[in-house]
Amino acid sequence: MLAQEFMRNALVAGSVVGIACGLVGWFVVLRAQVFAGDALSHVAFTGALAAAALGIDLRAGLFFATILGGVVMGALGDRARTDDVVIGTLFAWTLGLGVLFLSIFTTNGSGANGTAGVRVLFGSIFGLSTADVRTSVVLAVVAVVVLAAMARPLLFASLDGAVAAAQGVPVRAIGLAFLGLVGLVAGEATQAVGALLLLGLLAAPAGAAHRLTTRPYAGLGLSALFALGSVWLGLSLSYVFPTLPPSTMIIATAVGIYVAAMSLPPLRRLVG
Amino acid sequence: MLTSSAFTGLSWSPVTDVRTLFTFPFMQHALAAGTIVAVMAGVIGWFMVLRRQTFAGHTLSVTAFTGASAASLAGVPVAVGYFGICGLGALALAAVAGPRRSLGAESAATGSVGALALALGFLFVSLYHGILTGLDSLLFGTFLGITSSQVLVLLVVAALTLVVVALAARPLLFASVDPDVARAGGVPVRLLGLGFLLVLGLAVAETSQITGALLVFALLVTPAAAAHRITARPFAGVVLSVALALAVTWLGLALAYFSVYPVGFYITSLSFAVYVLARVLT
Repeated sequence: MLAQEFMRNALVAGSVVGIACGLVGWFVVLRAQVFAGDALSHVAFTGALAAAALGIDLRAGLFFATILGGVVMGALGDRARTDDVVIGTLFAWTLGLGVLFLSIFTTNGSGANGTAGVRVLFGSIFGLSTADVRTSVVLAVVAVVVLAAMARPLLFASLDGAVAAAQGVPVRAIGLAFLGLVGLVAGEATQAVGALLLLGLLAAPAGAAHRLTTRPYAGLGLSALFALGSVWLGLSLSYVFPTLPPSTMIIATAVGIYVAAMSLPPLRRLVG
Repeated sequence: MLTSSAFTGLSWSPVTDVRTLFTFPFMQHALAAGTIVAVMAGVIGWFMVLRRQTFAGHTLSVTAFTGASAASLAGVPVAVGYFGICGLGALALAAVAGPRRSLGAESAATGSVGALALALGFLFVSLYHGILTGLDSLLFGTFLGITSSQVLVLLVVAALTLVVVALAARPLLFASVDPDVARAGGVPVRLLGLGFLLVLGLAVAETSQITGALLVFALLVTPAAAAHRITARPFAGVVLSVALALAVTWLGLALAYFSVYPVGFYITSLSFAVYVLARVLT
């Protein structure tokens, strides 16, 4: 399996994406912002297709749109937590725009294929080039470093915003920066599992980790581990059974882990 | 998109243009189906926004895609897949959203259900050796090729659902606005919650047949959210929400008929404009 170059690329890119998603996802679930993450994944779709329609590099549009989307969503929310109706309304329109770009792209695209929409929506991890992988690794490292730098104030602000604000923690700025970071990771994950499925990598491993432990470091570690495991297992399954698309298998594994974690009691009680 | 030789484009005479709209059977069907769907989405959407179940509605809309692709793979009518899987999705959501969970845990559960549904849908499409245009229309809707029997099914399901909602409207409103007091007053809050999710599943299944699974929100959330901003009175709010959904659907279909861009784009943009207007004006 490791002899194939496309498989090595997929494993490396998948691993860094998985770790970044697992770590960021833990905070997303802690802050109950899964819906915002979902909305960002739709923004990713529109961004990538806008870039395709304009004929510029897909990834430029992707990252620009997701990071901008994250910051806009953070700014629109009246309080630290964004209103779910606002999010829903915004992303319905974003998707509508995406459809427009898709139709412009498929009718005007010179020599381009009509599968761009599907590729963006459901990912194409087996089609990554070595250069793509290098970009993913660099961006994932940036995301993890930024997260590590803001982890302590972010944790404080997420658990008790009022007290953190009273202590002089810039709660609003941190919320904004965090959504921008989620946008960056969403852009990353879009390349691996696609805009529609990245929610599974953000929510399921983190949800499982939150169920098993309430301790932050253990939870972050578990979440990253689960996401990594899902990517590896999912890719292997898809390699062995070529009819099964890789993104489906990755998400199915992640949700499987989540279901297993939900049926277990919290770790604290298991260990003693 | 339209290649009919009888298609003439805009004539700058509103009467002729409106008459052109009704010339072709496919357009009559599309307008009838759009009307049924808009009325239903307006009513159910109003309750959904009131109950803050937007994320659940979105997740159900995602399961609609799974249902449609599973039905294509199994070779049964697509409507069966829509209604069946959306019903199942509603039950799954009710099961995972227990009353004692925290907000974060509940949203993680809802998100996981949604992602799994999408992943399965993609699997079914791949196994079907998906015709890719078919995938696009499942996700983003089409108003071409709606048959009169489809319109009939839409009408029957919408009528049934609206009757159920009308019968349960008062307790549902009570349970949505203040669940604790309602429970103390003997209202079966949990049962109502489950029932509403099922109704929501049906509404989503209906709507996705017109707008596609991903754009359900444009009819379900946006007009309702605008109505909630304009008035807090329940009856006026529901009526306004239906009126907005209808206006958006009719205008969207008409615009799509006279241009090359997809109907989903027009419907989402129009309803977003309505919402922005409502926000600015109130």
